[in-house]
Amino acid sequence: MIRAFDTGAEHLLRELAPQVLGAVIRRFHDFADAEDAVQEALIAAASQWPGEGVPENPRAWLIQVAFRRMTDHVRSEVARRRRETAIAIELDQAAPESEADQDDSLILLFMCCHPALTPSSAIALTLRAVGGLTTAEIASAFLVPEATMAQRISRAKQNIKASGVAFSMPTDRERAERLRSVLHVLYLIFNEGYTTSDGPQLQRPELSQEAIRLARSVHCLLPDDCEVAGLLALMLLTDARRPARTGPDGELIPLTHQDRTLWDRTLISEGIDLLSATLPKGSIGAYQLQAAIAAVHDEAARVEDTDWPQILALYDLLKRISASPMVMLNHTIAVAMVHGPSKGLELLDALDAEGQLKGHHRLDAVRAHLLEMSGNHPAAITHYQLASGRTSSLQERNYLLTQAARLREST
Amino acid sequence: MKYILMMNTMKAGHGVPDWPTQDLHAHIAFMISFNKELSQSGELVSAEGLAFPDQAKLVRAGKNGLPITDGVFPEGKEFLAGYWIVDVESPERAYAIAARASAAPGPGGAPLNMPIEVRPVMSGPPPEML
Repeated sequence: MIRAFDTGAEHLLRELAPQVLGAVIRRFHDFADAEDAVQEALIAAASQWPGEGVPENPRAWLIQVAFRRMTDHVRSEVARRRRETAIAIELDQAAPESEADQDDSLILLFMCCHPALTPSSAIALTLRAVGGLTTAEIASAFLVPEATMAQRISRAKQNIKASGVAFSMPTDRERAERLRSVLHVLYLIFNEGYTTSDGPQLQRPELSQEAIRLARSVHCLLPDDCEVAGLLALMLLTDARRPARTGPDGELIPLTHQDRTLWDRTLISEGIDLLSATLPKGSIGAYQLQAAIAAVHDEAARVEDTDWPQILALYDLLKRISASPMVMLNHTIAVAMVHGPSKGLELLDALDAEGQLKGHHRLDAVRAHLLEMSGNHPAAITHYQLASGRTSSLQERNYLLTQAARLREST
Repeated sequence: MKYILMMNTMKAGHGVPDWPTQDLHAHIAFMISFNKELSQSGELVSAEGLAFPDQAKLVRAGKNGLPITDGVFPEGKEFLAGYWIVDVESPERAYAIAARASAAPGPGGAPLNMPIEVRPVMSGPPPEML
């Protein structure tokens, strides 16, 4: 329905949807019903605005229609139960425009990314309630049936209701942690979009575009938060490589072999500008550091121009903030690039001994890569093959098998 | 993460199980409610039951590319009876679901404890590789 009219108005509706939803939840305290009411308001807008023109205050218009739907809904409930008439009267007098404005989108985001939810339900709920995607679109993006996705979203709403999370801004004490969950969910959405490069693409919504759009709006709401800016920069600097990342048959092309002229310069400079603006502000977080690393890669016109000492310095900082196994693994690659593969392999042995990455294909893949760098091709082949048996990504398996085959033929 | 849960429990030469009606009904009811449960938990991607092995054919392409079918299987060969594909948060959750399926009621209502083969579906994200 919305598709039938021009994209400008469609963008406007998607931009306004979370604000309207926020206002309705704030007033009526019911997520599920509020969403239905907002959907109806959006449908009304999509059918009326093309003929009558976009109202002067589209947000107020939508809120008013959604409030009216909610009031009707509450009324019919009331009539059915023959009680609580007072509520309906009170609701009639509600003045939509007096409700808090943009904060509502942010509160809604905090709510959808609540730590009480599993990552997959937080992702689904965020895309639905804040991103305004349809359940069918989200289901097709994750390649699950629509009914399954509908259940996942409705259970997420129930969990929020059951956990008694109020529709209000988190307290200062909770705020940092809650914002971290929000950023993590946006990061996961981006990754999902960035890394699922196979399948029936045409019907899929661009999840990374959606994540970037959401990160942009959080950045607008919290322009002084360095990690929000860092995450947005990381997304832009990573997304810039998308055109070079897959070959004609959808096969994965690693960073070292990408045609760098295909990288999107506009996204790269936007990401770098964002980073440059946040760095003087002092507080450095994990997203900013990852963005800075991405920026160093993006700034190298040829792979051999990559400033590995700077990347290593950034990984040294990153591993102090978040010493996750994956960060440690990437750190060993940077060490190998700066100090040679044997130094990298030494660190890899230590990491292996810690056991956190036991059986993880990335450990074998990195080992294979470093062994190849050191000229030990037979051992590299063995580890490329080990890694290929352990990954759960089809594209990565193809890539690793190809690496092993290439070495076998050249040895 | 998506996993496939496979019931490799059908044997060639053993047709329809000769359980009493009541037990058969209990088993069917369990499977129906189990699928419903998975759908309601937002985890079910798909589930199918397969026809009995006597309808199975082994097909190979002949020299001219035309199918050569073979339908006589050695006694005792195991066949896929059905499968579920689930989309879950962790491998542990996939194992828990498989255990529930494994314990489907059999004759006398006793749990069958049938083996369920659990394998990841190649749906993981490829990482950014150097």
